[in-house]
This record gives sequence, structure tokens and C-alpha cells, in this order.
Amino acid sequence: MKKKVLPQIAINTVFIIFGIACIFPLLAMISVSLSNETDIIKNGYRLIPKTFDFSAYIYVLYKPIQILNAYKVSLFVSIFGTVASVLVVSGIAYTLSRNDYKFKNPLSFFVFFTMLFNGGLVPSYILISNYLHLKNTIWVLILPYMACPWFILILRTFMQKIPVAIIESCTMDGASEYRIFFQIILPLSKPGLATVGLFTLLQYWNDWWLSMLYIDKESLVPLQYMLYRMMKNIDYLTSSSNMMPPGMKAASLPSESARMAMALLAVGPMLFVFPFFQKYFIKGLTVGAVKE
Amino acid sequence: MIAKKFLSSRKYKKSIQLTILALPAIILLLVFSYLPMAGVFIAFKKINYVQGIFNSPWVGFENFKFFFSSNDAWLVTRNTLAYNIAFISIGTALSVLFAILLNEVTRVKLVKIYQTVFFFPYFFSWIIVAYMVYSFIGPYGVITSVMDKIGMGSFNFYTETWIWPGLLVLINIWKGLGYTSIIFYAGIMGISNEYYEAAAIDGATRLQMIKSITLPLLTPLITIMTLISVGKIFYADFGLFFFIPREVGQLFPVTQVIDTYVYRMLRGSGDIGMSSAVGLFQSTMGFLLVLVSNHIVKKVNPENKIF
Repeated sequence: MKKKVLPQIAINTVFIIFGIACIFPLLAMISVSLSNETDIIKNGYRLIPKTFDFSAYIYVLYKPIQILNAYKVSLFVSIFGTVASVLVVSGIAYTLSRNDYKFKNPLSFFVFFTMLFNGGLVPSYILISNYLHLKNTIWVLILPYMACPWFILILRTFMQKIPVAIIESCTMDGASEYRIFFQIILPLSKPGLATVGLFTLLQYWNDWWLSMLYIDKESLVPLQYMLYRMMKNIDYLTSSSNMMPPGMKAASLPSESARMAMALLAVGPMLFVFPFFQKYFIKGLTVGAVKE
Repeated sequence: MIAKKFLSSRKYKKSIQLTILALPAIILLLVFSYLPMAGVFIAFKKINYVQGIFNSPWVGFENFKFFFSSNDAWLVTRNTLAYNIAFISIGTALSVLFAILLNEVTRVKLVKIYQTVFFFPYFFSWIIVAYMVYSFIGPYGVITSVMDKIGMGSFNFYTETWIWPGLLVLINIWKGLGYTSIIFYAGIMGISNEYYEAAAIDGATRLQMIKSITLPLLTPLITIMTLISVGKIFYADFGLFFFIPREVGQLFPVTQVIDTYVYRMLRGSGDIGMSSAVGLFQSTMGFLLVLVSNHIVKKVNPENKIF
């Protein structure tokens, strides 16, 4: 018996159109970055550049102090932040996953109440700036996101699946909880750790919020925030930290294309990395919503 | 005697060790989540820099009265709620539709490719999306140039308020459709095949199966997702409303939401008491809504409650 299906052409057309809509803007950005500046001013952006022109990249990469520094900050914050955060989150997730933990209920409430109510922007801002003196330090970009209740929840769910028998036999052998955690729990939780790790990495890499609030020192500007400043201020590109490559005249500065080039260089690498780990993001999303 | 026994017992040691494993997170949450909560008293004071936050005078609900009597309160609250209602209704409908259609695609490999591609916008930050939008509707933008060429003149997207509600809804849905549809797709995967097989034997068409099997069985999941969203209805995605409209003041009547309002008030006018009051208003409404929506879920479908 032939299985009845909905018209495939119609469905696939819809999906192809939306798929194009998802990739298209990225291609447009690439095209602009490779276009000739005078072409842009005369004819506007085109999907395929009239004349291929690499001067935007030449300009940006000649003495790329700005972007290299921003990369340094973003990489450090993202990598250190992710590793530290995963350790912190998995620690409390393990504790909460243990049904025989004495303070399980109060601690659960303590963690998850923060998802329901928060003090708002102003008290946080005053606390971090005036009392913790974290403004313009690298730590202000890392600490606020290190203990995220949602990730604690995801990891706890993963860890609850570890059979109690394993833990009990370790305790029977006299192992401390620390040993159990590092030698048994963490290795067994690798998929969960990967999921939370990738979400955390994405959060740190894409963040602009913390730098917008707390950073004005040039040397601590991460990539996304740098892009934001560049968006606001067309002159940002021509500031002293960018030097003109030999042969390029100030009049024909590729400002529009250079901005797109900068943007692509800033995010390009991660855009290649994240799609490869997509299955982990999906796992994390579905764990919370769908009961397995 | 008993106390001594317990204190040296394994159980106690275990509790201590587990607590220590959780300690870094506890401290972080205490400092970055609970301490600010204690700071909500700022909303009830008129803060001046000379006296600082602890010595400035108490003014009771004056900050709130001032906010609510101003035009701003109505405007930003309306914007926040209206946008969220649009996001929730249209977004959920499209996500469910996509999930159902994805399930109807016969070539499994295509489904994987689609899901991967649809996920791309999720990885872009709002700043990158702002650049993309700019490359379409900016002064040299693709769409702007085309409009100019076909004789519509030079149209400045960034000063015309009427397009922005629809535009922002479109952009937000574009960004989220990939991953919200996956949640519902996972839900559909959880529906036992037996139902469909039985229906096929009874001669049902695919459409009938969707109507009578897929949708009803997805309803609990749709309900809980919707209720979670409703709980957040007083919160807006700051990045969307701040970066995409490029902070153009003329657009504020349609792009200013509670979150951007609080931020701008804090950075701009520096009225700490006021901005704190608006923030507290948002947090309180959000909290009440989560309680209410969870209560409703408990009544409707007890298995699906959040807590």
C-alpha cells in the first residue's frame, strides 16, 4: 500500500525559500565586503559585487591592532569563561541531582527562584560598578554569567540519569564526593557537559551586554562590542589605531565595505564552528521542554 | 552522644562535601542574583550622588507615580506587551507549522539539511543581525537601492515608524524559527507511530492525521511553551529593540520597550530611583505572571507544570 503523503513540492519550496532567507543576509554581507567603495556609493549594495575589490580586507588587516585585540579579549573571556562556568555549574548540578543530599530542596529553591524574579538592571549596575569595583576589568565580562540556572537545570537532568548504584558502590569503597565527582560523574556526563559548554561558549562569544555596561577601556573591548561601536560611529574605523596601507588614499577609504569586512572577520570563525555542534544545542533545547 | 556520632558520620561528611562542590555557584548566585534583589529599595528613594544610595531620602511610591503618570509608561508597556503577543502568537503558529511540515518531508536527509540551515540565524548576535538589516535597508542597502531604481525615490527606512512593528516581528521570528520549530519537532517525534498506522488503516488522509493526531497530541507542549512565554511577557529582547533600529530616536514610539527604557534612563538622565522603579515594576509583573501561568498549567494539565 502506497503511503500517502502531503505534496512534497509545496513543502520543499517553502523550506527552500526560508532556507535562502537564513543564509542570504550572510552572503549579502560577504558581497558588500568584497565590493568597490565607489560602486557602493553610486549603486548601493549588490548581491554580487560589480567589481571584486579586496581593499576593505587590505585596509582592515594591514595593521589590525583593533581587531586583534578584540579577538584576544573575546577568546580569553569565552574560553576561560566556558571552562570555569562548566565546572561551577556541573558542581552544583551534581549536588542537586543527588536525592540523598540533605539540603536538596532549599538549594533547588535557592537556584531556581532566581529564574522567577530579579532585582533589575539598576541594583546590579550599582553593585558591580561601585561596590565590587569590577568596572573595566576582564572579570566583569566573565563572572556574571558563570552560574546560569538554566544550565544548572539541564546538567542536573543529565546527571539524574546516572545510576545511583555506581555512586553507592564508590561510597562503599570509601571515595570522597570530590573523587566521585571528578572521576566518575564528569566523565559520564560528557554529552551534557558538551551541550552546556557549547551554549555557554556561544553566550560568551556573542555577548555585548556586559561590555556595553561596564567597559570603556579600549584594551578590554571584545569583538561584539567593537562591532557595535563601529556601527554607531563611522569615524571609528579611521581612528588612530587603524593605519592606512601604502597606496591607499584617505579620500577613497573603504568605510562601508571595511565595516562589513570587520563584521565578517569578527564572527566568521564561530559561524563555522557552531553549526558543526548543532546536535548538542538541539539536545539542550529539547531536554528542558520535552519529557524523555 | 548522638550529635557527636552524627558529626563524624559519613552522611555528614558527604553533605559537607556536596555542599562544597556547589559552593562556587552558590556564592555567584548570592552575589549576582540575590544581592541586587536586595537593592530594590532604591526604587523607593530619590537618589542624589552627594548622599549616595544609603543616605538619599525615601520618597515612597513617588518614582512609580511619576512613571505611571507620564506618557512613557503607557507607551513602553504597550510596546513590550504588543510585540510579545505578536511574537508568541505568530511565532508559535509558524514554529508548529514548520515542525509539522518537516515531519511530512519524505527524504530524511533533506530534513537534516533544512534544520541545520534554519539554525544559522540563532548563532548570529543581534549586532550582526543589525549589520545584515542595515545592508538591506540602509542608505546603500539592497532593498533601498532597488526601490530607488524602480522610481520610488530615496526611502529612509530608519525614520518611517510605520514599517517597524511588522519589520521587527519578521526579524525576530526569522531569528528564532529554526530552534523553536525543533522543540515542537522533538515533540512530534515523541508521538507513537501506532496512531498514524491505525489511522492509515482506517483510510485517513495525511491532513486528517495531522488534524486528529499530531495537533491534539502536541497541545500539551504548545501549552507549556506558550505559558512560559507569557510568563516573560513583560521582558523584551534588548538586543532586538536596541541594535536593529540603530538607536534612532524618531523610532522610539514604536521601538522603545521597558528594557531599553530602563537602560536609557540609567545612562542618560541618571535618575537612578526612577529607572530602578521601572525595573522593579517589570520584575514584579513578570514574577506574578509566572505564578499565575504556572497555576493555570497545574489546573489544565498537571504533568506539565514547571514547579
